[in-house]
Amino acid sequence: MANSPKFTIDGLKATVEGKEILQGVSIEIKGGEVHAIMGPNGTGKSTLASAIMGHPKYEVTEGSITLDGEDVLEMAVDERARAGLFLAMQYPSEITGVTNADFLRSAMNARRGEGNDISLIKFIRQMEARMKDLEMNPEFAHRYLNEGFSGGEKKRNEILQMMLLEPKIVILDEIDSGLDIDALRIVAEGVNKMRSEERGFLIITHYQRLLNYIKPDFVHVMMQGRIVKSGGPELAERLENEGYDWVKEELGIVEERVGLDPEEEFKVPMNTTAPKH
Amino acid sequence: MSAQTILPIDRDSVTRYSAGRQEPEWMTSLRTEALELAGTLELPKLEKMRIDHWGLDRYGDPLPAGTRALGELPEAVKELLQSEEHPENLLVQWNSGAVYTSLSPELAKQGVIFTDLESALKQHPGLVRKYFMTCVKKDENLLTALHAALWSGGLFLYVPKHVVIETPIQALFYVDQATARFSPHVLIVAEAGSSVTYVDNFVSAGLEQKLVHNGIVEVIVEAGARVNFASTRDLGRQVTDLTYRRARIGQDGQMYWILGEMNSGNAMSDTTSLLVGNGSLSDTKVICMGTGDQQLNLTTRAVHFGKASSSDMITRAVMQDEATAIINGITKIEKGSTGANGQQTEKVLMLSPKARGDANPILLIDEDDVKAGHAASVGQVNPEQIYYLMSRGISREEAARLIIKGFLAPVVGEIPISKLQERLHSLVERKLES
Repeated sequence: MANSPKFTIDGLKATVEGKEILQGVSIEIKGGEVHAIMGPNGTGKSTLASAIMGHPKYEVTEGSITLDGEDVLEMAVDERARAGLFLAMQYPSEITGVTNADFLRSAMNARRGEGNDISLIKFIRQMEARMKDLEMNPEFAHRYLNEGFSGGEKKRNEILQMMLLEPKIVILDEIDSGLDIDALRIVAEGVNKMRSEERGFLIITHYQRLLNYIKPDFVHVMMQGRIVKSGGPELAERLENEGYDWVKEELGIVEERVGLDPEEEFKVPMNTTAPKH
Repeated sequence: MSAQTILPIDRDSVTRYSAGRQEPEWMTSLRTEALELAGTLELPKLEKMRIDHWGLDRYGDPLPAGTRALGELPEAVKELLQSEEHPENLLVQWNSGAVYTSLSPELAKQGVIFTDLESALKQHPGLVRKYFMTCVKKDENLLTALHAALWSGGLFLYVPKHVVIETPIQALFYVDQATARFSPHVLIVAEAGSSVTYVDNFVSAGLEQKLVHNGIVEVIVEAGARVNFASTRDLGRQVTDLTYRRARIGQDGQMYWILGEMNSGNAMSDTTSLLVGNGSLSDTKVICMGTGDQQLNLTTRAVHFGKASSSDMITRAVMQDEATAIINGITKIEKGSTGANGQQTEKVLMLSPKARGDANPILLIDEDDVKAGHAASVGQVNPEQIYYLMSRGISREEAARLIIKGFLAPVVGEIPISKLQERLHSLVERKLES
């Protein structure tokens, strides 16, 4: 159990472009656990993922994040990654001129510290084996990073990175969006292969479908920028069958979304005259 | 700029030099005529940049060269020449003239000529006279006139009809004395159906004061011939690099320019392809990195005369510190050049708020049934891309390096000679670190 990581988020509040999105998120993830966060659109799920990773656009205003007792918020983005955090992004960047293989090798070497680069042969062997698991075309290694990749291919590339970098805490931000059933199965297998006591998962998803393939230990519902309800896998099933309304009623929530502009709220027009042309 | 130009040299020095080198009379006349012209001509008018304060009078004196054994050359030079005992198909110019020339016997047997230009004047005067200063004319502006008057060193590469040369012909121009003239003339002629790859390197070291390099490259590509011309410039801060490169391409001829402009001082270059023959083709690829307070003015140009001629020019520049670059792409399609296709792309990556990069694409089209296009962009490193790389544990500096190298990769990757690719990679690294 010595290597079992412990990842704690306590009362996290964050703003983006002046709007407060996260309004006090608290969650604890231990090695061996798979947590799922579900919720309707606009409730702050992706913001949570970006704030954890340290995206420059998101400003944390309150709360803490610790990994094995270390203060994550004090770390720069690359330090957080080297400490063991990994975020599989919803919209991975395309970077021309940098091959997938070179990028993967740089990322792996970044973890291994100075003077401890992985040998080329070992790297190629590992990369090819994982690409085979994910049924990825071996040519992708020599293509430029994510350039010309379909949405599904980009998501698989994220999982490939996760498998090679062996992080402690993995956050999957809507990894299922844009995937067909076959790609979903392959991605889920890749994730399940990486489940261990030394690794914790935080799966952010809109649809319950993914959770049929990756069985979560804990399910949380996010609304209004906070986790409002937690339970086991059966909570996900109930949400799949009944939607989110029952949760809103139970908790007295009228508007579950955050960060809306006043104009965005739908107003019933009060005039009764026909529009003039 | 008024015509009261003070010339860096007088007529007597020119005639004395020419006589001392035992040049044919026509060359001496050419020099003196050019000097007279220079008195009446002005500097080229560059877009948004004035070069008159670039120390344009420091031409140095043409020091005698003399042949040396490779072992006698400076260490830095030996390192640049891959450790062969007797490298073939190589010319080394040290300061004002050639010190080492070697052409493989097989190529010599086929009639290939590869010597320093001064020797070529003695051994093949007719041939040199036929082509010298025919692509770039001495009366174009003050700089071309001065070059014609004061050039020293350089080389003549002549490939006879249908001779195909596989191994690259290489040259190294090395200057380590600021009082030495360093204004070579490179003259390359590829006769019909021939093919050759030429690679050169300009390097300076230990210069204690300013020096002008006023160089001209002329390439004549006859019908159906192909020339690959690659050149890297790694001249120090003290050198003001003024270069005109021009190719004249005949029917179905192909010209490929690959240029790595990695100087540390001010530079002005103009690389032009004249697509004279029908079906002629020109492909230009340039990478450039501006650092410190350099001022750079780079022009790539394609002029279409022949029908169904095609051109493509790509320039990618990375600007750091307070460097300024004006990058011009000019595609000119003359009347009568039906079916021509001229494309160009200029991309500038800005790494610092004080740096400046202007990309000026220009299409001048005088014919209807043609295709022409351009793309120009100036931008900064995308912070989303930096974030993505950092989120994988890569440091911010390493992430920026990867993105910058990636930006230049589409050009560097196209270079057909792996040693040149490596050299450019290491020059890029060095410039990034500075």
